[in-house]
Amino acid sequence: MMNNIKEPLIPNVCVITDIRQDTPDVKTFRVLTLDGKKPFIHKPGQCAMLSMPGIGEALFSITSSPTNTEYVEFSIKKCGCVTSWLHAAEVGQQITVRGPYGNGFPVETEFKGQDMLFIAGGIGLAPVRSVINYVRDNRANYGKVDIVYGSRSKDDLVFYKEIIDEWVADSSINVHLTIDREQEGWDGHVGFVPTYVKELGFEPNKTAVLCGPPIMIKFTLQGLGELGFDKKQVYTTLELRMKCGIGKCGRCNVGSKYVCKDGPVFRMDQLDALPDEY
Amino acid sequence: MKKCLLSNSNALFNEISKNAKLYIPVDLEKGRVAYKEFSDGMVMSDALKTDRSAKDFFFPQTETLMAFKTAGKSIEITDTRSETEDFVIFGVRACDVKSIEVLDKVFLAEPVDSYYQNRREHGIIVSMACSKPSETCFCQTFGIDASMPEGDIVCYKTNDALYLDGKTEKGKALIEKLGVLEDCNDDVVKEEQQKIKEILNKLPLKDLKADAFGKDKTDEFFNRPEWKTLSESCLGCGTCTFVCPTCQCYDIKDFKTKTGVERFRCWDSCMYSDFTKMSAGQPRLTQLERFRQRFMHKLVYFPTNNDGMFSCVGCGRCVAKCPISMNIVKVMKTLGGKDDE
Repeated sequence: MMNNIKEPLIPNVCVITDIRQDTPDVKTFRVLTLDGKKPFIHKPGQCAMLSMPGIGEALFSITSSPTNTEYVEFSIKKCGCVTSWLHAAEVGQQITVRGPYGNGFPVETEFKGQDMLFIAGGIGLAPVRSVINYVRDNRANYGKVDIVYGSRSKDDLVFYKEIIDEWVADSSINVHLTIDREQEGWDGHVGFVPTYVKELGFEPNKTAVLCGPPIMIKFTLQGLGELGFDKKQVYTTLELRMKCGIGKCGRCNVGSKYVCKDGPVFRMDQLDALPDEY
Repeated sequence: MKKCLLSNSNALFNEISKNAKLYIPVDLEKGRVAYKEFSDGMVMSDALKTDRSAKDFFFPQTETLMAFKTAGKSIEITDTRSETEDFVIFGVRACDVKSIEVLDKVFLAEPVDSYYQNRREHGIIVSMACSKPSETCFCQTFGIDASMPEGDIVCYKTNDALYLDGKTEKGKALIEKLGVLEDCNDDVVKEEQQKIKEILNKLPLKDLKADAFGKDKTDEFFNRPEWKTLSESCLGCGTCTFVCPTCQCYDIKDFKTKTGVERFRCWDSCMYSDFTKMSAGQPRLTQLERFRQRFMHKLVYFPTNNDGMFSCVGCGRCVAKCPISMNIVKVMKTLGGKDDE
């Protein structure tokens, strides 16, 4: 019979063991197999397909670091059909999981020994958090670490507690937070991420990881260029509609690349070689 | 080489269908031609092409992938896959045989699609040389020889007989089992091949060349202004993708049944506006972009990933079926320089 042949489209049943409300529209879901194990081993920047039968299946970046041996986490913004259903789900709810998919960030190759600059906007921190915590857990393998993170408001900063309790408290990394507009109870920096990056004026000898809304990416990239960064030093991760996650259904095809299989992580100079359809 | 008189073809088909399901092209009402499961007395169509290609046998328009039962917070997955029975498709034209090779590049690439692989392993393709290629045919553009098709078994049809030649292990094994066949030399087949070559040389699209396209030509073609006029009249109906033997984009959706949920996949089309639509945005907003994606994929992106192999086989179905008469031939002539006309 066919049941002993592995079929990549058939998922595994897993369970949501913890739900954290990070911002008004972002929740972080902790997911384990039914016997309490990590559903898979992944690389920072990879994604996985989550689904609820009858609602739909969608691809999400894995926000926990591979160095976390206990569980995997997905930080999900409520914006469509599957995400709205997930936001209404409770702890103990089973979901289906398949993956991990995609290439991930080159943490063990190109990033090794480099000074790292992480720049994220809003929910764009979700995939970047995976790399940041991987770097923190393998601190000796990397040089200086700077994190620039911004959101619309203080309430929209995802992982705020972890940022303050762990990243800011970690003397080996520099955290630069900003919000778009003045807000009561906020005495940090105010202003958009691209402008803040230029103000901070980083030395262009770093490797940058950039993730956020397209408009933020566009202007931050310009700013990094002005600071002397080459596009070969900047990495980002793309998001397109996907159904299969394994380079067959055709949806995330841009030029000769499939974002699910050849991405989602691309170097900026590689992206420049693709048609502008992402 | 083996032979079976046409007057004996019913006996041949009956013998094949004893061990496996046999599908042959059959004439239907209103000029339609489709593969049907053979039953005694059924007559094979002489038509050049079936309306839908042999793609359906390996990658059906819809198929159930799995089923779910949900109760409270729990989910149970049922693997609905079952072993496919052996089957034989008789009379597949050279272009359609090649299209299966194109589909293999997608579905049999790691990670292998087990639904497709299962059908490929159980299917035997009996190809049929084209004694009457038509003016919409341009398989030669993609290096396909309609006088010498590929396949597990290659068949030639003359006025009075079918000539069969086993090419692969499973093709040869099937031929060995067929007592109705008799040995013969290949003189008639060589003559038939010559006749077909002569017709191929007179086809109106014989000089259409694909040389301008291929691997790594994205920059050369992506921003060409001609896409605007080419795509202007496109209705976005998706007919070209559905009749295309190499189009393989698909959707996965859930369907609530009386007892649970079934997850199925079905053909989809990059020509549709919701193909790439996300809750956060839409990377291909205009029909121009969607139209361009289809042809760039066939002529540039696919070859880039597959050692120059095009994902068009020149079957001409889109040429015949597009309601506004726009097709890959016009795209190639406009963008790649005209043929000798």
